[in-house]
Amino acid sequence: MTSQSLVYLVALPLFGSALLLLGGKRTNRWGHLFATAISASAFGVGLYQFSVMLGQPDSQRALTQKLFSWISVGTFQVDAGLMVDQLSICFVLLITGVGTLIHIYSIAYMSHDLDRRRFFAYLNFFIAAMLLLVLGDSYLNLYVGWEGVGLASYLLIGFWNQKPTYATAAKKAFVANRVGDMGLSLAIMIAFATLGTVSFAGVKEHAGQASTGALTAIGIMLLVAATGKSAQFPLQAWLGDAMAGPTPVSALIHAATMVTAGVYLITRSNFIFDAAPTAQLAVAIIGAITLLFGAVIGMAKDDIKKALAASTMSQIGYMVLGAGLGPAGYAFAIMHLLTHGFFKAGMFLGAGSVMHGMNDEVNMRRFGGLRKFMPITFATFGLGYLAIIGVPPFAGFYSKDKIIEVAFNAGGIKGITLGAAALLGAAITAFYMTRVVILTFAGNKRWDEKAHPHESPILMWAPMVLLAVGSVASGFLFTRGDALRNWLAPVVEPMPVHEAELMSPAVVSILALALVVVGVGLAIIKYFLSEVPVVAPTDVTVFTRAARRDLMQDDFNEAVFMRPGQAITRGLVKTDVAVIDGAVRAVARLARGSGNVLRTTQTGFVRSYAMWIFLGAVGLVAAIWMVTL
Amino acid sequence: MNAANYLYVSALLFTIGAIGVVVRRNAIVVFMCVELMLNASNLAFVTFARINGNLDGQVVAFFTMVVAACEVVVGLAIIVTIYRSRRSASVDDASLLKR
Amino acid sequence: MINLAINVGQTQTPEAVLFWILGPLAVIAALGMLLVKKAVHSAILLAWVMITLAIFYIAQDAVFLGIVQVVVYTGAVMMLFLFILMLVGVDSSDSLTETIRGLRPIAITAALGFGGMMVSLLGRATLGRTSVGLADVNAEGNVQALAALLFSKYVWAFEVVSALLITAALGAMVLAHNHRIISRPTQRDLSTARFRSGSLASAAGLPNPGVYALHNAVDVPGLLPDGTAATSSVSETLKARGDVIESKPFQLEAREEEE
Repeated sequence: MTSQSLVYLVALPLFGSALLLLGGKRTNRWGHLFATAISASAFGVGLYQFSVMLGQPDSQRALTQKLFSWISVGTFQVDAGLMVDQLSICFVLLITGVGTLIHIYSIAYMSHDLDRRRFFAYLNFFIAAMLLLVLGDSYLNLYVGWEGVGLASYLLIGFWNQKPTYATAAKKAFVANRVGDMGLSLAIMIAFATLGTVSFAGVKEHAGQASTGALTAIGIMLLVAATGKSAQFPLQAWLGDAMAGPTPVSALIHAATMVTAGVYLITRSNFIFDAAPTAQLAVAIIGAITLLFGAVIGMAKDDIKKALAASTMSQIGYMVLGAGLGPAGYAFAIMHLLTHGFFKAGMFLGAGSVMHGMNDEVNMRRFGGLRKFMPITFATFGLGYLAIIGVPPFAGFYSKDKIIEVAFNAGGIKGITLGAAALLGAAITAFYMTRVVILTFAGNKRWDEKAHPHESPILMWAPMVLLAVGSVASGFLFTRGDALRNWLAPVVEPMPVHEAELMSPAVVSILALALVVVGVGLAIIKYFLSEVPVVAPTDVTVFTRAARRDLMQDDFNEAVFMRPGQAITRGLVKTDVAVIDGAVRAVARLARGSGNVLRTTQTGFVRSYAMWIFLGAVGLVAAIWMVTL
Repeated sequence: MNAANYLYVSALLFTIGAIGVVVRRNAIVVFMCVELMLNASNLAFVTFARINGNLDGQVVAFFTMVVAACEVVVGLAIIVTIYRSRRSASVDDASLLKR
Repeated sequence: MINLAINVGQTQTPEAVLFWILGPLAVIAALGMLLVKKAVHSAILLAWVMITLAIFYIAQDAVFLGIVQVVVYTGAVMMLFLFILMLVGVDSSDSLTETIRGLRPIAITAALGFGGMMVSLLGRATLGRTSVGLADVNAEGNVQALAALLFSKYVWAFEVVSALLITAALGAMVLAHNHRIISRPTQRDLSTARFRSGSLASAAGLPNPGVYALHNAVDVPGLLPDGTAATSSVSETLKARGDVIESKPFQLEAREEEE
């Protein structure tokens, strides 16, 4: 089915962004309101599309719109086309819905910033790019959006680029993303080379004819792309530094939407991964590693935003793990993505609210006892907390436990390993999130006399409340009658549920809850019942020290890639100077040397020139003399 | 006695003129040597006209004379100009056009 | 090898006499022109060479060219040379020492090679037919025949050459034109400058050359009151030419010795 209104989803925020950027100072006064209205109207268009889809039977729900013929080379045809199906619409609603809430929040949060208009322009641009990413009907169209969100992320991380460290963080994120983008472009090239098409429908149709090797290559390259964009191991190092951006950016881009693009990509390419078991296993393993990796880092961070960033990394690890489990896990990966979008965005906004009240302090050791001063922030943050650690009946319980369950049921040693990792991750999640909540809201106050903690204005807490409602209810709603699973079924084609499973849902839930209780208890003992030093203790184990340094990921990258790269570059520079420049210089020296020799004939004396002429005449006569001999 | 002897004289005069151009330093003498070379070639032309039995050689010699006259007029004017600014008629003194 | 002489054929005896007298003389005069120190002498020797050539032209049935040679070359061109020589200064004698290292030996070697090869070439040259002579073409007179050729076959070249001649005249005028940058000093200016100059010695003008009882000429320096010779009393041109008579004999003996 075609639809004529899909284009507005992308065009509206793009227009808003262009207007604010090109309009300049003239739009300063109303730019933020305009951008918010644009975002809300995009949400409205999304809801309209959703309602249209609801009115159709399952198989007819995908809406398409061809904009124009983009590339036409021989048999290779790519249209700039948009497609919204059951998977995309979830993202559209999440992006525009959460995006609009964060726009509203930012009106207050950024009210003192001189560059607020530019900030909103970038936000609108991000919305446009992200919608293009999820609406593209081919890998190439997706790629355009993929690069667009990378650019938006770069611009927003470095929004306060007057601070060199922030600018560096933006650059780091951009470079890490570039590695992933290379994977995506390689995947597209392989797809074109083997299948001759890059549209989702075309690849899906022809995937059966391709060899398993080619599909595995495409899958691995798509996984590389996903690890870059979604901060998965081994390209996760940028996410912690990305917290340099304003907090609403962290909430929208680096928690709720952009970083989940990798999960979207894998889920969207389910037909490739289902046909390439090796790539699928790699996805699951990467997810499992990252969920533990992020959780461990999260335990050691004192910066509230970095702790949340590590948590995001870990939760996306769950999603990737889910997506790597094949048809059984896609729906739960998406479900966790959506619930995570609610509670993590809510918690980030809560962190922003805390910072707003605490003079932009981010060190949790300098918080404490804030629940009395920020009751609404505490309540919404607390609901998000309960959701992420998986306490029933909050959202995380439904989505995360399902992923753990599916992991255990993947079969064999693989299932047990992945399941155990996911279960351990749940326990650690409970520990570090409890730590965050206790350090921030409970215990004694540890802040300076200068800080005057206060509740944030309504424009800030209203979005937090709405997101908290989502954190509470979304999981419950999604699982009523397997609503989301059935909704997504036409896209991801789930396997029929068979009952001969290793662990039943009840067993998994009980196990997970028990581990969560252990994690929470440990955190309470360590941070609530004992004194928390204001300065982080230094006499800690090697393990803690490593976790504080992001488990040595930066050190590894620098030692393995940066230093050898610099050495190679220096070598190349030397080669360039010695060999290439040397050759050029040698030619120049030759010319100059011969010129110097010839120059001696240029005495300036007319008579010597006459002599040369005369010698020429002599030569001529000699030549005649010899030929007539 | 045959007409070719004139050609030998012509060759000798031409050679002497060439040496003069190279060896002498006074611009006026250099010029005279150039004139000598032109005259030597004229003699050859006239001799050739006689040997060939037509007047084309003489016509060419005539034209050579006209061109030589032009050359003398312009060349001497240049010498006068140079002399006026440098107070010297030596071709070696005007040797700035080098390096 | 076919000797050119055979083909060209023998000429009249008087012409041979003429040639054997004037030919060596012309070559000797040319060599002299090369070797003498003074430009004026070179000019005179060149004039002699040219007259010789004019005679040769006439001897070879090129009457018109012979006359033109005398009129244009020895008349006009050589006059111009002498005129410029006077303008530039008759002191313009060369020192014959070579300043450009190695030029002279190279030049002489090259000239010997050139001359030798030319003579050798002429000796071997074959013109392929017998000498025709100009008796036929000059039947109605050399000038008429030449004119017929000049105004028919060579008329275009003739016009071009005439244009060249006019251009050259104009060019010479442009080159010789001396554009004054400052106004010409008046007599008053010159007089003021004399008195303003360093010493008053020049205020009264330069001393006159010597006027003596035994000798009275512009080429002898006058005597100053103390009896020494005033070198500034002789024209610079004469001094440059070396045409100055030693003034020693005219100087008064030192008074002190007499007393």
